[in-house]
Parts: sequence; C-alpha cells; structure tokens
Amino acid sequence: MNLQALSARVRTKNGVAVVELAGDVDGSAESALRAGYQEAAATGTSTVLLDFGAVGYINSTGIALIVGVLAEARRDKTKVLACGLSGHYREIFQVTRLSDFMPIYADEHEALAGA
Amino acid sequence: MATIVTKVKRKDRKAERKRGQGDAPAPDAPIEPAQPEAPELDIAPDDPLLAHLQSAAGPVDIDKLTFDSPALEQMRAQGLRLIVPLVTQGELIGLLNLGPRLSEQEYSSDDRKLLENLAAQAAPAVRVAQLVREQQAEARERERIEHELQVAQLIQQNFLPKSTPSIAGWEVAAYYRPARTVGGDFYDFIEFPDGRLGIVIGDVTDKGVPAALVMAATRSVVRTTASANPSPGAVLARVNDILVPDMPRNMFVTCLYGLLDPKVGSFRFANAGHDLPYVRRPDGRVDEFRATGMPLGLLEGMEYEEAEGTLGSGDTVLFSSDGLVEAHDPHGEMFGFPRLRERMSTHRGGANLLDRILGDLAAFTGADWEQEDDVTIVTLACSADLPAPKPPTPTPAAADAPAPRSSKEQAVVPAEQPTSRQIVRFSLPSEPGGERAASERVAEMVEGSWLTADQAERLKTAVAEASMNAMEHGNEYRGDLPVDVEVSIWPDRLVVRITDLGTGQEADQEEPDLEAKLEGRQTPRGWGMFLIRHMVDEMNVTTEEGQHTVELVLRRKEDDR
Repeated sequence: MNLQALSARVRTKNGVAVVELAGDVDGSAESALRAGYQEAAATGTSTVLLDFGAVGYINSTGIALIVGVLAEARRDKTKVLACGLSGHYREIFQVTRLSDFMPIYADEHEALAGA
Repeated sequence: MATIVTKVKRKDRKAERKRGQGDAPAPDAPIEPAQPEAPELDIAPDDPLLAHLQSAAGPVDIDKLTFDSPALEQMRAQGLRLIVPLVTQGELIGLLNLGPRLSEQEYSSDDRKLLENLAAQAAPAVRVAQLVREQQAEARERERIEHELQVAQLIQQNFLPKSTPSIAGWEVAAYYRPARTVGGDFYDFIEFPDGRLGIVIGDVTDKGVPAALVMAATRSVVRTTASANPSPGAVLARVNDILVPDMPRNMFVTCLYGLLDPKVGSFRFANAGHDLPYVRRPDGRVDEFRATGMPLGLLEGMEYEEAEGTLGSGDTVLFSSDGLVEAHDPHGEMFGFPRLRERMSTHRGGANLLDRILGDLAAFTGADWEQEDDVTIVTLACSADLPAPKPPTPTPAAADAPAPRSSKEQAVVPAEQPTSRQIVRFSLPSEPGGERAASERVAEMVEGSWLTADQAERLKTAVAEASMNAMEHGNEYRGDLPVDVEVSIWPDRLVVRITDLGTGQEADQEEPDLEAKLEGRQTPRGWGMFLIRHMVDEMNVTTEEGQHTVELVLRRKEDDR
C-alpha cells in the first residue's frame, strides 16, 4: 500500500486545459484538486480535462471533491472531461452518475478528439 | 560396662531433623542386632548439650553438667552417667553413652583415658562409615532419578506417533531428537474418518522434565480438541483457553495445526507463534505457509488466523521446530532460515528431503555438536496426481488487474464441501487513512480465491468505504478503538464483516442525488454507503451490544464455477 498525496500539473493542448492528476483522490486531495482546477480555469479555456491516468485510488471523499469541482465548473460555464480511469473507477463514475456530467474518454488523445 | 552409641547426624540438608538415636542394645544385654533397640534419644539441634560436647575434652560426667538441657534430662532418666563425644575434624558425629559401671564403682581415670582413646579412634572410623552410607544413598537416589528419567522418556515416546500415516499419494516423514533425555518438542498426526489428516507440531519453551510435562498435556489437549472441531483456528483458540489457567509462569507453547485433505491437496492451518512451514515446489521455489497468532498458554481469548494453502504433485512441506534453524556451528554461526530455504531449494523434494536436511544440519554443526535445543522435523511430500486448481475466469474489465501469482497458490475450494471455508480476522486502530490498510489486507487475503479481478476491485472499494465509516463515524477516529475485520471465503460467496464500537454517529444514509449536489441542494459528500451498496451483492447492517457491523457479501457467479 502506498499513500500518495495528490499532485496536479496543468498544461494546455488544442485549447483544452489538461490537469494531470497523480496520487490518491481522497480527503487529503482537496487543496491540490481545487488548485489544479482553478489553475486550469485561469487559462481562460472553456474545457478542462481531468486526466486520472496516474491516480491509483479514489474514495467517496474524493468523489465529493470531484462533485465540488463539477459544481464550480458549472458556475464557470466550463466543460469538464475525464480520461485515464481504470475499468473499476469508470464503473464508479457511472454508478454515481458523474459520467453524465463529465464525459469519460479512454485517454487524452481520445478526449481531445472528442472535445 | 554398658554403652549406648548415640549418633549425631551431620549438619547437612538431610539432617535438619537432627536427633539422637540409640542403636545399641540395652545395658547388660548381649549385643545382637535382633534385640530391641535402646531407648531413643532426641537431641534438638539447639540443645546446649551439643555445643558443650563439641568442645569437651574427653568423657563428660552427666552429673557435673548444670545447664538446662532437655536431652540431658532424658539421659539422666535413662540412668546414663558418662558421655563420650565422638569428634572428628572438629565435628561432633556421635556419642558413646555409658550407664553405671557393672561393678558399681565410679569410672576411674584409666577408664576415662581408655574411653577417650577409644573415641579418638572410633570417631574417624564411624565418620568413614557414615560417608559410605551417605554415598550409597546418593548413588541410589541418582539411580532412581535416572530410572525415572528413562521412564519419562518412554512415556514421552508414547506421546509421539509410533509410525507415520500412510496415505496414497502422500509420504509423511518425521524426526525427533530432544536435547536432553526428555524434551518439550512434539508432533502428532490425527487421522480423521473422512480421510483428512491433522498435522501438529509444537515446541514448549524450556527443556527437560518441566517442558516434557507441558508437552504431554498440550499434545493431549490438541488431540482431543481437534477431533471435536473442524476448524484449525478454532482448535488453537480452544486449546489456548484450556492451557492458560494451568500453564506454569514463563512457559508457553508454540504450535502449528493444519488439516490436509489428501484428495484435493488443500492444507488449512492456523499457527500459534510457531516457525512457518516451508513448501518446496517442483521448480525449486520455496514458499511459506503463513498464518499468525499468539503462542498458546499466554493470554486467554486469543483468536487464530486461519489460512489455506494448496499442494500438488512434487510439492514437499517441511515443518520444523526452532532447534533446527537455531543450531550453531563451531564458530557460533546460526543455521538460520535463509540457509534452510536455500538447502530446500537445492535438494530435490520428496520423502528424502528430511534426510538431506538432517545431513545438512550434521555437516553444519560438526561431529562434536552439543545439541542446544530439541530438534523436530516433519515432512509431507505429495506425489498424488491431483486435479489442478481452477484459475479464476478473467473478464474483459479485469484486463489491467494483476494476474494470479501461480495456479499453485490458489485456494482449492471443492464444490462438494459447501461448508468448507477460510476465515481470517484482524483488527486495526481507528485513524485517518486506516481504511487503506484494511482494504489492502483484505485484497491480499482473497488473492488466489475464486473472486474475479473485477470483484476484487469492487471489494477493495467497499471494504475501504465501510472501514472508513467505522473508523471515522463509528469510532470517531479514536486510535484506542479497534475496527475488527473478518473475511470468510466460502465456495459460493465471500463475506466481509466490519465491526466498530458504534460510539459515534454513523454516516448519513440519505440517497445522494448528483443533480441536487451540483445545484447545492445537497452536500457534495455522503457517497460512502451508496458506493458500498453498488459494489457488493448484498449489504447487511446490524447493531447489537454496542457493536455496529457492516456485512458485505459478494457471490460467485454461476458461470465461474
């Protein structure tokens, strides 16, 4: 078991702000996740892609944080996409209906093509 | 002249009950052993007469003594006149007690001189005779102890199996050598009517007779308990509870008990602090059969983790006591586990493994080895052609899950025995992040079971969420309050029970509505129970006697069987 604090690196590609998340999305991830989203939004983009490719663990508290990001994005009228989720977490995004508000793609390439 | 010889016993351990003893015939009687003994004379160790006689020069007139002495009064009552102390090397070893002269005359100075000379010569001779008798008694005592030890050894050998069980497709070998005449190691085979074989190996702290007595008791309790109980973990828990009240201080017993089903090669076991068995696989790999638990006899109410390993053709299990790995060579180096593993890997498996390891031990310790501890080794070799364990069916969604390590490590769960299961319990302190440990441990335990990779992922999430609720809300993150996790793997289902002490408020049960959350009508949180319900096939929550338990059930899909 490795507990890994979340880090969020932001870059833009094709007008989309990509937030590369790495680590655990749990209660400890709040400030990193929020800062990542805000940094992405500050680029003036209309679309933010959350890349979960390097995320190994997401729990219910992490889901709540993602809901918080989605709520903030809704106020900002920013579109949020997700990619890099494992089969298991893709299922969780589906049962929680996060995927209804945040289209899910396999990887960044597919997401950018879809956006 | 009549004499009574009074022996004064030496001041040694046995003579604490020192007393004078007349062993000569009464006055005027012929000296014959068959005659009634002269009146006994008790001289207490603190009687002032002894000190007086010790330092007296020659015969002492009783009438001239004026101090207060019970022995003296007794002597006067018996009509004694003269006491001649027998002193050798400064030690009073006996008395010559004389009554009145037969001629009724007083003892002359010549008489006294003669008696003094006699005493001077008799004293060393009497002392020599006393020493000889003491040595004879000691020799008899030594002989008796040796004889009793030999009897103890015979009894102990009776407690060990006289032969190894013969089971088609399996070879069992055993070796036992105590460091002293008797020892505290033991092993046992319990053959069940359904063909299963119980294997016991144990080690009592300490050596010699005390250890042997505890060993005999433990062996009997294990045997009786095992025949009434199918679960190795429950057997050790019961044996522990029986032993604790009567266990001598500072003694305890390590013991491993396992049940082999020779038909399918499953080995279900529990361990009370004993060295782990090693399994030599046909490719030379050496695995451990790991289960943890406290040694027997220390604390009541212990629970023992139960685990199951799978054996197939070419596998050899080696059970041993610490006398093997803790043996030293002439330079003080220890045999050790790494060497044991390495040697097991080098040798071929099978029934000969025991002899080869003993050969290694002999070569390591050298010919002059003074065996430090009891050495016990039992090997179990499989040559049976068993049905291969069924690997879990991979599903497309599970493509990124780790592959099972090898088919050998998958627990065999025979469908015809619906009651067979593997149970593991553990406790964790309630602290932030603790749910990760719970989740990872459960994941390790179910690895190799029938769970699909997909189900294992769902289980991990469900266990993490339920544990987090238990730690955060149930126990309010109080580090001193444990969360107990029990995992039972059945042929058709897996059940995980997570229990907290229910002191705090449980998590919000309101059904989360994402729309409402995004619009701020609901808090963003409250996903825990929702997630758990969606990850498992069944969730049951019970609260009783201050305990709050969430039971998670995952079912085996029909087409996976």
